[in-house]
Amino acid sequence: MKKLLLLALPILALSGCSSSSTWGWYVINPMTPGGWINIKFLISGMGDTILISVIAAVLSIVVGLVVALPGLSKKRGWRLVNRVYVEFIRSIPLLPMLFWVFYGLPIIFREMGLNIPIDPFWGAVITLALSDSAFTAEIYRAGIQSIAKGQTEAAQTIGLNYLQTMRYVILPQAIRRILPPLANQFIYIVKMSAFASVIGMQELTRRANELVVTEYRPLEIYTLLILEYLVLVLIISAGVRWLERRMGSDERG
Amino acid sequence: MSAQIQPRSTQAIELKGVNKWFGTFHVLKNIDLSVGLGEKVVICGPSGSGKSTVVRCINRLEEHQEGTIRVDGVELTNDPKSVAAIRSEVGMVFQQFNLFPHLTVLENLTLGPIKARGMTRSEAEARAMHYLERVHIPEQARKRPGQLSGGQQQRVAIARSLCMEPKVLLFDEPTSALDPEMISEVLDVMVTLAEEGMTMVVVTHEMGFARKVADQMVFMDAGEIVEQGSPEEFFGAPRSPRCQKFLSQILQH
Repeated sequence: MKKLLLLALPILALSGCSSSSTWGWYVINPMTPGGWINIKFLISGMGDTILISVIAAVLSIVVGLVVALPGLSKKRGWRLVNRVYVEFIRSIPLLPMLFWVFYGLPIIFREMGLNIPIDPFWGAVITLALSDSAFTAEIYRAGIQSIAKGQTEAAQTIGLNYLQTMRYVILPQAIRRILPPLANQFIYIVKMSAFASVIGMQELTRRANELVVTEYRPLEIYTLLILEYLVLVLIISAGVRWLERRMGSDERG
Repeated sequence: MSAQIQPRSTQAIELKGVNKWFGTFHVLKNIDLSVGLGEKVVICGPSGSGKSTVVRCINRLEEHQEGTIRVDGVELTNDPKSVAAIRSEVGMVFQQFNLFPHLTVLENLTLGPIKARGMTRSEAEARAMHYLERVHIPEQARKRPGQLSGGQQQRVAIARSLCMEPKVLLFDEPTSALDPEMISEVLDVMVTLAEEGMTMVVVTHEMGFARKVADQMVFMDAGEIVEQGSPEEFFGAPRSPRCQKFLSQILQH
């Protein structure tokens, strides 16, 4: 992390002018004690950003599958359930949904006599998972539908039931086609987790905002913030490519 | 072994007045067909005549709308139990093999016995190896379907259905997707099965095979059974002009 910053700094410094007062890289200069404290403050939001994103992604992957399956049913009623969920959820912009979950949902819980507090962390997780699940559901549906019908028929003729057919025959084949778009969604979740800052979650973006207020150096601090997201996303991309390669070699046996 | 005079209780398959529509298109018109235990029935006819649909109705890959279908005395209804009961007695071999490409040959064969029948892995593997030997490819057990020739894949598919130890085997154009030099290796396996007394319903244009094993020939055109009888009558003196024309077309070379 430190190395990468050191690499990036001279480029940014050169592109501006070292003597000009418009630049103030000292605020995130790891060589000075003050700059290093600032950097540590900014980067320590990484944990929450990752945690929010990972939990939301896992929930979205599970909920998305549960929503996708009725969409593949022969029965119209089941397909309707899927359509209504997908169309409704994906039409809600993330920020209003976040406000609704964080400020609105606790009121509903109170009315129902339930004492379930929603803190910024879980408010962000629920919102991201919910909003993403509509897209994950569509990814699953497309992936499962891309597997030839003969596979399901063959599974039925050897006595497998619906869940067994999905678990042992369809999903293992569909996952190779589902994984790349699913990874895209995960990247989307990581980036959208920045919205958690508006309900007071001290993740990467919130910390950058707070530092900007005290240091008055938006350009430098937001540049670092962008680089932080870049690093996160690059790591995810590398992980997905590794996973795809592994699965590809598995296919050829 | 003439099927027509066998008592009713030994009927393996019985179709009575079966009708089916795809939308407004009448695919099956009043189909009556009985198949005795151990009997071999060959269905032929021009493409689009409904012969595959008949076979697919017998194990509920397609739903019939009128009439009754009985397999081994059990009537096929919308009740999932009746569907499951009938599928456990009926094996099916498809034109496109429909092997599971992500599993090895051995796993293709053991999936049904283990998951649907609750056999242990070692029992299922012993059974799978037994049937792989019957179709003359035990040495391919650890390979994936994609590494085998078409003829080998179809023999694996036959072994896969045999592993469920069905009372009846349905074949839906089992050699139509094969290169000519591979057809005979599949037909040889089917002839052996026939000689061992398996009840078989075969949709095929392989008239040499039909002459050799069929107890009953069925000719379909435009959703109807046009002609039905012993191979001697059928090939020697076809009555209907449609059947005469069809036979002259496929036997002329």
